[in-house]
Amino acid sequence: MASIVLKDLSKTFGKVVAVDQVNLTIQDGEFFALLGPSGCGKTTTLRMIAGLETPTSGTIFIGDQDMTNCNPRERDVAMVFQDYALYPHMTIEENVGYPLKVRRINQAERKQRVTDVSNNLGIGSLLERRPGQISGGQQQRAAVARAVVHHAQVFLFDEPLSNLDAKLRFESRGFLKHLQKELQITTVYVTHDQAEAMALADRIAIIDHGKVAQVGSPQEVYLRPQTVFVASFLGNPPMNLLPCKLDLAKRQVQINGSQIDVSQVSQINGIKTLVSEGENLSLGIRPEHISLYAEETAQAFPAELYVTQPLGSEVLVTLQVAETTVSVRLFTDEPPELPRRVWLKPDPKRILLYRTDGNLVA
Amino acid sequence: MKRYRKRISSVLYYVFAVLAIAFFGLPLLWLILTPFNSRASLAVEIPTAPTLDNFRAVFQNKFAVQALTQNNLIIAIGTMLGVTLIASLAAYALSRARIPGRNAMAYTLMLFSSVVTGTAAMVPIFLIIMGMGLIDQHLGVILVLIGGNLPTAIFMMRDFVDDIPASYEESAMISGASPFQIFKDVALPQVRPGMMVVAVWSFVNAWGAFLIPFILLRSSDKLPASTAIYSFYTEAGTPNILLVSAYALLYTLPVVVFYLLVNWKYGFRFFGGIKR
Amino acid sequence: MEQRRPILTLKTGTFFLSPAIFFVILFLIVPFVWIIVVSFTNQSLTGATALNPEFVGLQNYLDLFNFDTWLTRGNFGSSMIITLEFVIGSAWIGQVVLGMGLAIAFYRRKGALREFVNTLVILCWIIPDVVVAFSWSAYLDRDYGTLNAILNLIGLGRPDWQLAFPLFAIILFNSWRGAAFSMLLFSSALATIPPSYLETAEVAGASFWQKQRDIILPLLRGHILTDMVLITLWTFNTFSPFLLTGGGPAFKTEVISIFTYRIAFKFFDFGMGGAIAVVAMVINFALALVYLLMLRKQAVYS
Repeated sequence: MASIVLKDLSKTFGKVVAVDQVNLTIQDGEFFALLGPSGCGKTTTLRMIAGLETPTSGTIFIGDQDMTNCNPRERDVAMVFQDYALYPHMTIEENVGYPLKVRRINQAERKQRVTDVSNNLGIGSLLERRPGQISGGQQQRAAVARAVVHHAQVFLFDEPLSNLDAKLRFESRGFLKHLQKELQITTVYVTHDQAEAMALADRIAIIDHGKVAQVGSPQEVYLRPQTVFVASFLGNPPMNLLPCKLDLAKRQVQINGSQIDVSQVSQINGIKTLVSEGENLSLGIRPEHISLYAEETAQAFPAELYVTQPLGSEVLVTLQVAETTVSVRLFTDEPPELPRRVWLKPDPKRILLYRTDGNLVA
Repeated sequence: MKRYRKRISSVLYYVFAVLAIAFFGLPLLWLILTPFNSRASLAVEIPTAPTLDNFRAVFQNKFAVQALTQNNLIIAIGTMLGVTLIASLAAYALSRARIPGRNAMAYTLMLFSSVVTGTAAMVPIFLIIMGMGLIDQHLGVILVLIGGNLPTAIFMMRDFVDDIPASYEESAMISGASPFQIFKDVALPQVRPGMMVVAVWSFVNAWGAFLIPFILLRSSDKLPASTAIYSFYTEAGTPNILLVSAYALLYTLPVVVFYLLVNWKYGFRFFGGIKR
Repeated sequence: MEQRRPILTLKTGTFFLSPAIFFVILFLIVPFVWIIVVSFTNQSLTGATALNPEFVGLQNYLDLFNFDTWLTRGNFGSSMIITLEFVIGSAWIGQVVLGMGLAIAFYRRKGALREFVNTLVILCWIIPDVVVAFSWSAYLDRDYGTLNAILNLIGLGRPDWQLAFPLFAIILFNSWRGAAFSMLLFSSALATIPPSYLETAEVAGASFWQKQRDIILPLLRGHILTDMVLITLWTFNTFSPFLLTGGGPAFKTEVISIFTYRIAFKFFDFGMGGAIAVVAMVINFALALVYLLMLRKQAVYS
């Protein structure tokens, strides 16, 4: 087991900067997720930790050792690939035992350890089969078994759930988290699925264009996104961002002709140094933190109803506010009858303000 | 309208299939039927009284039998093993190591290979084998055939190797496998169908090779079937049609059997269709 | 561009490549150099010039390209024209077009008929040269051959293929012999085209020919180019027609490889034989270059 430290890590492909000056410290035993849209550099970062890519600059420490230019085999890591990379010509037993075989562990011990791990992961009865003969979920467990079997110091996961259907993905999520808590092995997990990262990780790094946009616990990054990118990437639907004008003296912003009180925004006092009077801001508010009224209400702004989507335990309402689309989550199992024009009132304690450069007013 | 069109296309398909069978099958009819005839003819005649006498007569010719059962096997198997193994290693290296100019290399090799199989190179090749002291030895023939078949084999293999998902090898790399272990445990089993194609192809080429054994071998007991078949000519230089056809059929069977076996077990096809 | 860690380092790669390099140098590069050197000499098998060949400069090449006589039967220019006809007829039309036709006809069909035709075509490709030569001699025989028996039956008489149409005979022969490679290559290439591409076109109302023209051909462009180059190279250098016609009658089927053989091994004029081989190589090289350029162009959309 070991911590991982990435220092000023960069990787360029030709002229394209895939990873740009990334600094991260991953604690020993931590479940750490790298989250971002496809092409943001998260997989490249993971592959550099694995040793499958060599960094253009920067250093990688695993444990206390500088591993920047080491071969993958010297790093003592285990990796589960997106396509699992189970060898189709080997049985599950041979697949899981392969890392032990190349480490010249004798056959008896190999058999013992493969059987133990496989039983533990619920694939003990499949050892004689080949990857093509088992289901996607079983393949995923076999790939995990192969990673677990040789007690590496670090686990690396590259979107391991993206080839599974929704139900299996949910099951596997629980299984992976449980396994990691049991083994206490430092884990780096790459995904583009924010729900997956939130559900699994102790901490999440959100990556945008090769840079770390924010690092924090799931709660931190969800409730206080530091940039509009993080705000609009997390949550389903993501945070609403409404263009507004600030009236600093009254501690109000103006949206669609209505005045909204922002005095409870904790940084409002320090805002003077950061923005000038009348500057354009964005008001950020999560869909579940908006109340919806059929009549004009104080501290609410008008919106045009676009569509309602009942989702069972909740109803998702989509509306137009001037040019902006706003989502509201209503915790009701009965789709309400709504007029065309409604009023939206953001929870004053949950309002966040972002400057035009995309950063949280802080 | 739709059904009418469908029927036409199905009729066209069968017409095409029958024409193809005729075009490819007719030239072979003579070869299949004549050995069982008792009367020599260049015409295709269904034997009225099928006989195995011709084969019995062929087996009397110890020299021709030895060509088939020993010399041909040695040359073809030797060439096949050499070409398949060396081409697999080379194709893997060309695909997976960053060797400068590796793309141009494959084409240049193809070009050169048409030289070595061409007639003009027979003189220098004869001189090289003589210099190595391998004239009149099967090894000399095998080495030259390996050299001639390698470039095309590498060209074909490369396509198979390029199609292996990189994650297989990367996963093995992280598991701690050495380059040779990755090649042996992960890459080779993945390209086995490709190796089989190359094996059949090089076996067939060596089995049928005529010019190179003819030039490099001297003792009549070392010649392969492609030259031994001429021992069924009379002294006047005309072929004994019945014996030639019987021997030709025996000479053909092994490649057919080998092909059918590989096709049944692995499927004889080019996977991605050779892209570059 | 690619900076991912190579699976093989340069050192290991070279090590893996070394047996191939050994064979290539010994049996390809050395003969290649020898041919170039000897093409500037008058080396022969016997006589004074066998051991001490003289440097003759470009004389061999000048003799080849002697424009007064080179189109006469049995000379270089005539052989080049025959080779060209042979390549167009048997390589491009015979093998590439026929092979593609077979692949398309049997595309996504299953069953015994497909297997049978497939196997038959491949058998024609793998049977030993010598056997094929005997079989085809019988097939083309004027009086007893199967071909004429059929032609006679439908009232087309009994042409003497080997005397009257020898070039056509070897074109037919070589198409028959080599169509399997193109068929295999195109079959595999077709298998990589997602069925949805064709189904979309079908739903849109495309006819059989429109589907070939608008979807199959553009997607197979790279494969067609590769196939054309390989087949052209092989046809250019094949020696097997020799077993059927010996280059005759009256040099009518003397393609370049047979021409080289006659000069080098019948007249034992190694110098001249080398010069022919060099010219043939230059032509092969030019072909491959055109191919590479076309392939680079097409790489843009693949």
